Amino acid sequence: MNGHAAVTDDVLDLYRELILDHARNPRHFGRLDNATHTAQGINPLCGDKLCVYLFIDDNKHIEAISFDGSGCAISVASASLLTDTIIGLSVERAETILSAVTRRLIRGGSVEPGNIDVELDESLDKIKALDGVREFPSRVKCATLAWHALRSALRQDANPATTE
Amino acid sequence: MTQAQRQPSAAAADWRKDFPILDQSVNGQPLVYLDSAASAQQPATVIDAVARYQREDHANVHRGVHTLSHRATDAYEGARDKIREFINAADRSEIVFTSGTTESINLVAQSFCRPRIGSGDKILITHLEHHANIVPWQLVCEQTGAELIVAPIDDHGQLELESLRLMMTSDVFLLAIGHVSNALGTVNPVKEIIAYAKQRGIPVLVDGAQGVPHMPVNVQDLDCDFYAFSGHKMFGPTGTGVLYGRETLLDAMPPYQGGGDMILEVSFESTIYNELPYKFEAGTPNISGVIGLGAAIDYLQSADMQRIAAYESELHEYMLLQLGGVDDIRLIGTAANKAGVQSFLLGDIHSHDLGTILDHQGIAIRTGHHCAMPLMTRFGISGTARASLAFYNNTDDVDRLVAALAKARQVFR
Repeated sequence: MNGHAAVTDDVLDLYRELILDHARNPRHFGRLDNATHTAQGINPLCGDKLCVYLFIDDNKHIEAISFDGSGCAISVASASLLTDTIIGLSVERAETILSAVTRRLIRGGSVEPGNIDVELDESLDKIKALDGVREFPSRVKCATLAWHALRSALRQDANPATTE
Repeated sequence: MTQAQRQPSAAAADWRKDFPILDQSVNGQPLVYLDSAASAQQPATVIDAVARYQREDHANVHRGVHTLSHRATDAYEGARDKIREFINAADRSEIVFTSGTTESINLVAQSFCRPRIGSGDKILITHLEHHANIVPWQLVCEQTGAELIVAPIDDHGQLELESLRLMMTSDVFLLAIGHVSNALGTVNPVKEIIAYAKQRGIPVLVDGAQGVPHMPVNVQDLDCDFYAFSGHKMFGPTGTGVLYGRETLLDAMPPYQGGGDMILEVSFESTIYNELPYKFEAGTPNISGVIGLGAAIDYLQSADMQRIAAYESELHEYMLLQLGGVDDIRLIGTAANKAGVQSFLLGDIHSHDLGTILDHQGIAIRTGHHCAMPLMTRFGISGTARASLAFYNNTDDVDRLVAALAKARQVFR
């Protein structure tokens, strides 16, 4: 029997400290009562469901953001990191980051200084904590769920975003 | 662990060798397959039977005068006879081949219920059901104005039998009930429930997808009107399934789908339908799959369902004891009578995270809502981790699972 094999590095990389911290203590968690934009993200395969709330002011700045719902450590941590990253930014900048992050997670591309459409600042450094999912194709959708919902919210889509 | 404690695995050693897929490594570890409730693996005899048919005998069934068509037809119809015997149906005309349990249930909803029900009628199901035994009834209720009603369960995941009895009123057109819960493993006392329903004149459909793989099933003894099951959960190919139906009921039902093979004579004015069971088998069927299913039944017959049930019961008990000793575990589904399945949660770890961590230790389990979302809601959870057993599993598999859970707790320390 080989039941005491070590957990692989890939797994430890997926569930690194920052991810577990955000999963257990999600930032900006809860409903935003005065939200101007809101959208749900649903992963129909696993039943994870998140809702993203935004308050966007007249100057198209994201004054406030929050999320609620339930999901795995990856989807909750990703949503929490999203709110940390997006709060206080312009809608335009948020959209740029959104596309850069989804590209990074889905295609395994890079978001590095110099080669990109997004300057790598400290807030984006945090997002790199999600890089571990790139070794787990079945979990990429968990990481992108909140970002899909953000896209729907910014576009004010009537239908919930799904990962499918 | 002493040799005596390991006793159950000795019985399964030979069975396990018959399943070639189990002899491999996944993520650097020997595979532990604990997801048979989602889809069971196939013995070499099934794989070989399908391959041999494809290589040597393939042709369309029921149509040709040539030799290959005869061979294909004989093998396909031979599988029907095997199934009739396996579940002790009275007649081979009561065995309808479908694509799986889901299609079997939809067939009954659309052909048995839809023409005969309307507002004021009720379809009775239970809180334990798989979506395949919920949504087809919702559809037919939407189509007809009938009402879907749901019998409750207790906190152990057992049916509240008194409530179920009280719900069997004269306006209930059909009771549709799972034999064994796919999410919790609860074995329902279907024979008693059917006997009570019969007294009230209520026909009963049993969703046997999780029953047939684990225990001998005798449809005449159960006295059910319909019994639905899937080939791939009983060690046969995917895309195969069976609807057993009482002959008098099937005979009175209109066809489910129209097409070739289900007719005797067609003109543009009218069509005379074929006799049972062909009336319900429109189009070229899944011939190779059904032949594989026949081989799976041969395998189960020779292994002996009584022996399989006895072995699995011991192994399930072992799993329950071992999982019960894991720190921070919450067992979901603690019915007195269970088969094959144990659902659980570990600390605050989401089931998908647990599934990923176990997979990286070579262990395959199912995570999520198990196509039973209302049941998850009943327990106030979004999903569980589910380990499900077949007779090719052994105590080593359970030990590996328990050790892997300890590793998961370390990751989520």
